[in-house]
Amino acid sequence: MDRKFLAFVLLFSLTLTFIVRLFFLQIINDSYKFESEKNARQKIIQYPNRGYVYDRNNVLLVTNQPAYDLMILPRNVKDIDTAEFCRLIDITKESYIKRIKKAKSYSWRKPSIFVRELSKENFAFFQEKMFKFPGFFIQKKSLRKYPINSSPNVLGYVSEVSTWILKHDKTGHYKMGDQIGFAGIEKSYEEELRGRAGVKYFVVDVHNRIQGSYHEGMYDTIPTNGKDITSTIDINLQLLGERLMSNKRGGIVAIDPQSGEILASISAPGYDPNLLVGRKRSRNYSKLLDSVGKPLYDRGLLAQYPPGSPFKVVNALVALQEGVITTESKYTCHHGFHWGSLWVRCHCGQFSKPHDLHSAILRSCNNYFSRTYKASIDHYKTSEEGFKVWSDHVKSFGLGKFLNNDLPTGRKGLVPSVEMYDKQYGKGRWKPTYNISNAIGQGEILVTPIQLANMTAAIANHGYYYTPHIVKKINNIDINNSDFTKKRFTTIDKKHFQPVIDGMVAVFESERGTARASRVPGIILAGKTGTAQNPHGQDHSIFIAFGPVDNPKIAIAVFVENGYWGSRWAAPIATLMIEKYLKGEISRKKLEERIVNGSLLDEYQKQAHSESK
Amino acid sequence: MNTKNKHIVSRSKNIITNIDWLLVLLFVLFVITGWLNIYSAILNSEHLSVFDVSQKYGKQLMLIVTSLVLIFITLMLDGKFYERFSSVIYVISILSLVGLFIFGKEVAGATSWYGIGSFSLQPSEFAKFATALAIAKYLSMPNINLKKVKDQFIAFAIILLPAIIIIPQPDPGSALVYAAFLFVMYREGLNGHYIFLGFLTATLFILSIIVDYKIIIGITTVFLILYAIYRNKKSKSISHLAYYFGYIVFFLTIADYVYDNVLEDRHRNRLEVLLGIKHDPSGVGYNQHQSMVAIGSGGLIGKGFLQGTQTKGDFVPEQSTDFIFCTVGEEWGFFGSSLFVILFAAFIARILYKSEQQKLKFSRIYGYSVAMIFFFHFAINIAMVIGIAPVIGIPLPFYSYGGSSLWGFTVLLFVFIRLDSENHSVL
Repeated sequence: MDRKFLAFVLLFSLTLTFIVRLFFLQIINDSYKFESEKNARQKIIQYPNRGYVYDRNNVLLVTNQPAYDLMILPRNVKDIDTAEFCRLIDITKESYIKRIKKAKSYSWRKPSIFVRELSKENFAFFQEKMFKFPGFFIQKKSLRKYPINSSPNVLGYVSEVSTWILKHDKTGHYKMGDQIGFAGIEKSYEEELRGRAGVKYFVVDVHNRIQGSYHEGMYDTIPTNGKDITSTIDINLQLLGERLMSNKRGGIVAIDPQSGEILASISAPGYDPNLLVGRKRSRNYSKLLDSVGKPLYDRGLLAQYPPGSPFKVVNALVALQEGVITTESKYTCHHGFHWGSLWVRCHCGQFSKPHDLHSAILRSCNNYFSRTYKASIDHYKTSEEGFKVWSDHVKSFGLGKFLNNDLPTGRKGLVPSVEMYDKQYGKGRWKPTYNISNAIGQGEILVTPIQLANMTAAIANHGYYYTPHIVKKINNIDINNSDFTKKRFTTIDKKHFQPVIDGMVAVFESERGTARASRVPGIILAGKTGTAQNPHGQDHSIFIAFGPVDNPKIAIAVFVENGYWGSRWAAPIATLMIEKYLKGEISRKKLEERIVNGSLLDEYQKQAHSESK
Repeated sequence: MNTKNKHIVSRSKNIITNIDWLLVLLFVLFVITGWLNIYSAILNSEHLSVFDVSQKYGKQLMLIVTSLVLIFITLMLDGKFYERFSSVIYVISILSLVGLFIFGKEVAGATSWYGIGSFSLQPSEFAKFATALAIAKYLSMPNINLKKVKDQFIAFAIILLPAIIIIPQPDPGSALVYAAFLFVMYREGLNGHYIFLGFLTATLFILSIIVDYKIIIGITTVFLILYAIYRNKKSKSISHLAYYFGYIVFFLTIADYVYDNVLEDRHRNRLEVLLGIKHDPSGVGYNQHQSMVAIGSGGLIGKGFLQGTQTKGDFVPEQSTDFIFCTVGEEWGFFGSSLFVILFAAFIARILYKSEQQKLKFSRIYGYSVAMIFFFHFAINIAMVIGIAPVIGIPLPFYSYGGSSLWGFTVLLFVFIRLDSENHSVL
């Protein structure tokens, strides 16, 4: 080949290559075309409707309300009448300039929110004049709405996804501006509730007016709405509980022992869930966070209290199971339990004749349970061995461990272990008398209200419980989660429960029962009062109960912080709620009124005062 | 009117009748449409005067006007002048490149400019012209024969010296253009193995990024052994095979080293994105991806002048410089962009054709160099913009924004037009 031609050949083949490539890019392949028509096309995200939440009787608890964000696309913004614009959406000129600057620094060609959640009036005015303001458009979104001011701790709240979540979300579901559930049902059932966003494309002209759908909606995706959730909560019971707890602090949890469904979960003080909606959310959130009553802290699930006397019931069951007592065993109370220099005081008031199990429960004798606790442990060769058996029994009631339910938070509580005492006293160098407080639910042992309610349910069922849960149905179909339908047995034989429950019935029915004043006319209940010492101030008022005794439909645990003693606040509250749930209304109106109006705020103030010293 | 004036008049008449008007016409066409594209690429919503020097299109217009002065001077000088002063021009050019290490101004990570007030000058754009003159001068000397190793060596030195100075600025793109002279030397009698070796080098380099170099050595060994066994008995190319094999092993070993240790991350990334090892449309591959989106959006007839949406705003960085061709693609569509490709190829072909007609060896080699320089810029730039070559930052002649490149190419072209105009008078 003549050397002259190489360059011509190369030039020719290069030109041909270029033309073929251009033909491919510009004529054949139009995947680049969709991307390039961005400017003539407006993408509107169709947010899905987040699922609704109902109570167990299909009362709507959580719904949605539309909100309208004013969006800006800086590169499309032309000279506009700023004065009119500011007047329409109610912002100052300075604020306008600041927002423009912010949007431009975020991105020149990506839309961002200019004004979050326009009011309905501003939205209506603006929409009519929108064509005058190229580069601005309205993005509809959906916010939560709570028709009933109740149960913020159960329902949780939603918020825009944070950049942290966006970065760590492996599924890639979330995009900037999406909503995500925080706390409560919103969090634990996020995947069911959220649905999937769709996208709609419109053709717009230079003035940003929508001309129609883009390519007949070929690229559009339809949003999938979230699923509706039916909660196990009975909103009437919940509302009553919240009312009864007004001006008090504490937690209440009520469970249906026959299913493990949580009927009520109250944390006092509460707050209006509507406070945590939309653009006012973050301001209100920090206000709530700073509030002295700590309303964001779910006392029903998270507060760990000493269980106090209700725990004696478990000790009785353990002693019966271990065979260290029978129902006939008797102990005489000498104003308490004496062991060497140790003296556990007792105010049972029956010092002349010995207690059997029945009277010990109804009068809550500290001596009796100290002796049975000691006996249960001394039954074994070493304290370690005995204590291990004891704590395993206790744990079988769901204490000292997570319940693994469908609530996003919880605490383990504390059931002391052998190791704990070994560490404290040295291996083999301690005896049950060293931790005799465990006998009466004081000392190291800690429980949350939901654990105590669950323990009550296990007693009501004569020895088993279902994992407490908050959701009944999804899209009106029973959840059918085997975790929640499985009976979880305690290590106590069924036969031992009846005598103990008889004692708990006597707490109401006996002349000397500690909760006699809280009887519910016409219904036989079983219960146990508690008064837990508290290093920070006045004793806590505690009560557990279930009923009706022969066919338990509700088991409840009530903690009232610094409520002096069990029968003063917790017992009336528990029985009023049981009455409401079982009968539909309350006959003891005066008691209800007294409790609702009763306030412990002075007590809390005193405590805060002494702590600040 | 004195005789001197008369002489100028007669000579300029001489030029007017003898210059190649087709090349001038194409030049004018490129400069005008090039400026319109820059105008369209830069133009934002605020309509400013085309003479606004604060905007690139205003500046470019000034540069075009000044290049008219350069054209005038270039055409006025006698053809002999270029031949006689080629060595001087080459030396000055080399010095100006070396001077960058001391007086250079850093722009976007490369020290390739002299800053004179608000004005920057890129000497590498003129070095191509100087090297073309020098190589033409050397190869046209009567006793030079490219079959001789010593002459080959000197010719290579002339080409490689500026390239070697430019690489560490760093500006490997501009240095790559000097490979154009390999074709010039081939035209003048250099052994074809060098060209083959050049292609081989490029191919091997890319292959060695994709697969382990030891595998390539293995495969080539097998092929060469098979070839050696089944080759034509009459062929004497067995020694060539040994050379090639030695070269491949040597090259791949150092290529691996160069790739890992000499190239910077950005170069590696660009290569890897292009070769499909990495997919990264918003990162390293962003420019190229956006550029292909812009071109693809042009469709058959394009969106029309100033109607491009992709090339406005900041979609394609370097829009007015290295990526200017995507404005052509978007606004003028397949018709416009392929017409441009054809016209530019015709322009190069015309220079090649004219070079072959030169009676003076000097003019022929110079013209050939000019054609190959344009060819390399055209090939590398367009291939990059349409996504078939990695991002190598070199301008598209007459189209890309920038004074040094416009002036450099103008001088390069018009010196040839001047030389060509004297062709008929050579006996």
